[in-house]
Amino acid sequence: MGTATPTPATTPPTMPAPAPAVARPWQAPTAQAPQAPRRFASSASAALPFAGPLLLFIVWDLVVRVGWVKPILLPAPADTLATLITGLAGGALLGDFLTTVWRTVQAFVIAAVLGVPLGVLLGSQERAYRSVEFLIDFFRSTPSSALIPLFLMIFGVSDVNKIAIAAFGAWLIVVFNSAYGVINARKQRVMAAQVMGASRWQTFRDVLIWESLQPSFVGLRSAVSMALVIVIVAEMFIGADSGLGHRIINSQQVMNVRDMYASILAAGALGYVLNISFLLAERRIVHWSGR
Amino acid sequence: MSVVVNAPVFADLPAPAFRPGPAGTHITIRGLTKYFAGWPLYENFDLDIPKGKIVSVFGPNGCGKSTLINMIAGLVPIDSGEVLFDGKSLKDTQIGYVFQNYREALFPWMRTLDNIAYPLKLQGCSKAEVDRRMEELVASFDVKFDLRRYPYELSGGQQQTASIMRALAPRPEVLFLDEPFSALDFEMTLFIREKLQEVFMQTGTTMLLVSHDLEEAVYLADEVLLLTKRPTRVAEILRYDAPRPRTVDTLSEPDFVSTRRRSLEIFQREVRR
Repeated sequence: MGTATPTPATTPPTMPAPAPAVARPWQAPTAQAPQAPRRFASSASAALPFAGPLLLFIVWDLVVRVGWVKPILLPAPADTLATLITGLAGGALLGDFLTTVWRTVQAFVIAAVLGVPLGVLLGSQERAYRSVEFLIDFFRSTPSSALIPLFLMIFGVSDVNKIAIAAFGAWLIVVFNSAYGVINARKQRVMAAQVMGASRWQTFRDVLIWESLQPSFVGLRSAVSMALVIVIVAEMFIGADSGLGHRIINSQQVMNVRDMYASILAAGALGYVLNISFLLAERRIVHWSGR
Repeated sequence: MSVVVNAPVFADLPAPAFRPGPAGTHITIRGLTKYFAGWPLYENFDLDIPKGKIVSVFGPNGCGKSTLINMIAGLVPIDSGEVLFDGKSLKDTQIGYVFQNYREALFPWMRTLDNIAYPLKLQGCSKAEVDRRMEELVASFDVKFDLRRYPYELSGGQQQTASIMRALAPRPEVLFLDEPFSALDFEMTLFIREKLQEVFMQTGTTMLLVSHDLEEAVYLADEVLLLTKRPTRVAEILRYDAPRPRTVDTLSEPDFVSTRRRSLEIFQREVRR
């Protein structure tokens, strides 16, 4: 058997092209020589992702220094970062940050717990899904912020309201993605289970749920972003007294721009971290994805 | 409450009496009818498949070779007709099926080992029974790769080997193979073909093989089932009785060459018709 196995496609590390040697023409070629340029190249490419942010900060700093934008509208990046760091290291910003995180997490968990099972169930009964497809598509296309007044009437100006509307928006995304995950499951795997004598329930448990995992993760990732967006919007406009959204709009109104920008950066960092952690979780759990 | 007076009488033709196949028949197909988009693919199709033999299905493009075995295996619904396995229905029969596309047949969320054991778990086998059966399978397939890996970590040939092991795990009465080699390279094809022949000699499982390679079809077969263009009928059934194990030498023996030539003649006649 082993002889018939094709060798894996991983290629051995190729010798670097002679080009790097040109960079140091004075150095005699030694056994170590090929390694040094490669290490340099890999550390250079590892630094590439930082190039964009660095450039942005340089431009930002220049704009402020030269005075193209009034400092009252745009603080220097160093000041903003300092405000962000001191704020998150136990300052008032930390409290608002954690409040927003907590609201987003609650909204997301509600959406996931109610959404994934419902989506998978709807997907496995395609006729059931077709009958509610229009509703899901319609409300999915409706900006959730447009529903804020409606939710205000139901839940009043409360913490529950912000979580409820964020959960609703996120839930639709979860249901939609999980349902389509099941509907588009590879038919052949379902057939393979059937031919081995799996019952409908066994096929559902052992094939459909797994097939839907990857699209479900896509749904969960979009849902957590959606939850964060709605929580921030709700904090801005539904009489909140805490949260990043509340902080951003408050500092804007008293022209505390440094704090405003720091809060915006904090919200951005939160969204980014949530997204990345879902990507990492997906790669671990849906390990077969894309293979 | 109303009673329809003088309601029309709907008389049905009496169902034709069941005609059993000759002795040694395993699968009896009677009056199989299947329409595709309003056109008959199979109409009143009868066939007897012998027990403990390998039957290769061969025919023109689009005549429904795969559809035929899929209908027998219950993967494609039939419009009418009857398929019986030793007189039993499919529901009471353990079958195995090997797909052409192994990538979409194995479950990538299970280790290869668990994939192979899956049909045993469906049957409710105990851990000890599963372990014993796995040991037998690994021995008879002479597995050299790590079954604890996930299917996507294996080569195509290894994945197809695992698919065949999975299909054979519950000791099926019939094994269906839908072009099992066509996605493999030549080396792997030869290897798995030999394994398949070995397993057949050990177990005598009835096998139905769809192949698009005439040499392979004849090489493995006890009977070559040649089909016509649609609406599909049996063009001819050729017997090929060369002793097993068949080897490379078999390919140049006169009865192999003549069976292959005869198959090709019938095939060409049917394609031109």
